[in-house]
Amino acid sequence: MSRATALSMSLRNALMMVLFTLAFTGLMASVYQATKVPIAASAREEKLKLIGEVLPKGDYDNDLLKDSVDIGLPPELDLREAGHAYRARKQGQPVAILLEALAHDGYAGDIGLILAIRQDGRVIAVRTTEQKETPGLGDYIDIHKDKKKDSPWITQFNELGFNQVAQAQWKVKKDGGRFAYHTGATISARAVTNATRRAVQFVEANKDKLFATPTGGKL
Amino acid sequence: MSTYADISRNGLWKQNPAVAQILGMCPVLAISTSAVNGISLGLATALVMALSNMCSAMLRNFIPYEIRIPVFILIIAALVTAVDLAMNAYLHSLYLVLGIFIPLIVTNCIVLARIEAFAAKNETAPATFDGWMMGIGLTAVLGILGGIREFLGTGQLLSGIEMVIPGTHALQILPQDYPGFLVAILPPGAFITLGFLVAAKNWLDARAAKAAAASPLAVHA
Repeated sequence: MSRATALSMSLRNALMMVLFTLAFTGLMASVYQATKVPIAASAREEKLKLIGEVLPKGDYDNDLLKDSVDIGLPPELDLREAGHAYRARKQGQPVAILLEALAHDGYAGDIGLILAIRQDGRVIAVRTTEQKETPGLGDYIDIHKDKKKDSPWITQFNELGFNQVAQAQWKVKKDGGRFAYHTGATISARAVTNATRRAVQFVEANKDKLFATPTGGKL
Repeated sequence: MSTYADISRNGLWKQNPAVAQILGMCPVLAISTSAVNGISLGLATALVMALSNMCSAMLRNFIPYEIRIPVFILIIAALVTAVDLAMNAYLHSLYLVLGIFIPLIVTNCIVLARIEAFAAKNETAPATFDGWMMGIGLTAVLGILGGIREFLGTGQLLSGIEMVIPGTHALQILPQDYPGFLVAILPPGAFITLGFLVAAKNWLDARAAKAAAASPLAVHA
């Protein structure tokens, strides 16, 4: 092959590659544009649904997602990026703080939690937002995967605060605390229990500021 | 020239991606912890394979031979992205189950393998059909593998079905107090179970070949 044809072939191939790249990037960009609005809507919907699991809709009357404080990266919550706490109020009176927490010590990857905690430090409810624990074994920490439908494992934190269970006792039974776990799958339960304790600790330490900080402000 | 019957037979049995070609092991082993997970990801893969085979076959005369691999990868990545976004927007509850696995389809070499082996040399219609049937063959193995692992590991079948079809629930096959068999759920269980499935396929093939050789009526299979 002469040098001229080798060069023209390279040029032709490079040009074709650029054309294909442009065409398929264009395809991706147009799908992205077309799905942007429905994706944002389903993300918001999902957030509200998640909040609905830990705090019944009738318990508050403010626009929760807008009434937030910037809590940064408190060490108790182990967040990946700066987080927000949402304030639920009814007729102007504080009802609960909603926040997310992360446990790095699960069996398989991070466990994400959402918690609703009253101003007096009592947990209203906890739910997992993300978990990759072993299916059928450690995933009972997710209320939807728990086989015990009448009293799921994760509901044992409901209505408890440090006045009901001393901070030192807020552990799984295996570690000398008072929370149940499933034999053979302690790690998942321990991670959630400890993360819940740290979240309550955070609210206990900041409860006045959490409600008093103006909307959109920094804690 | 392959007929549609040949394409189906190849995808479902003779050249089944998971138990004959042993390609695309990453999702096969990682996702097959339950039948629902396996089948759902299998169907998403089948959709991507049908679309990517279709695109590649349509464009095959414009793709220079020397740069075909990067172009094929580009096609696969663009289609996976489109499927990922579309599912997030319009099938959100299913997306919540499969979301993290969809991008993994890009890394599944069976997708590229079928473009290179089939779509690059065939007309659009049979190529699309080939991608779909290969995907269905993969789905069947993923479903069986997931079902076996889930049954041995937890005593249940179809757990997680409520996330795909609301209102349904998992079947408890073994008694509620079944202690579970952890190995089946963990990655080694995937390798061991897949080994048994490959062995079972080879055994059935060998038996069929023997029967065909013994029968004087069968001239050739």
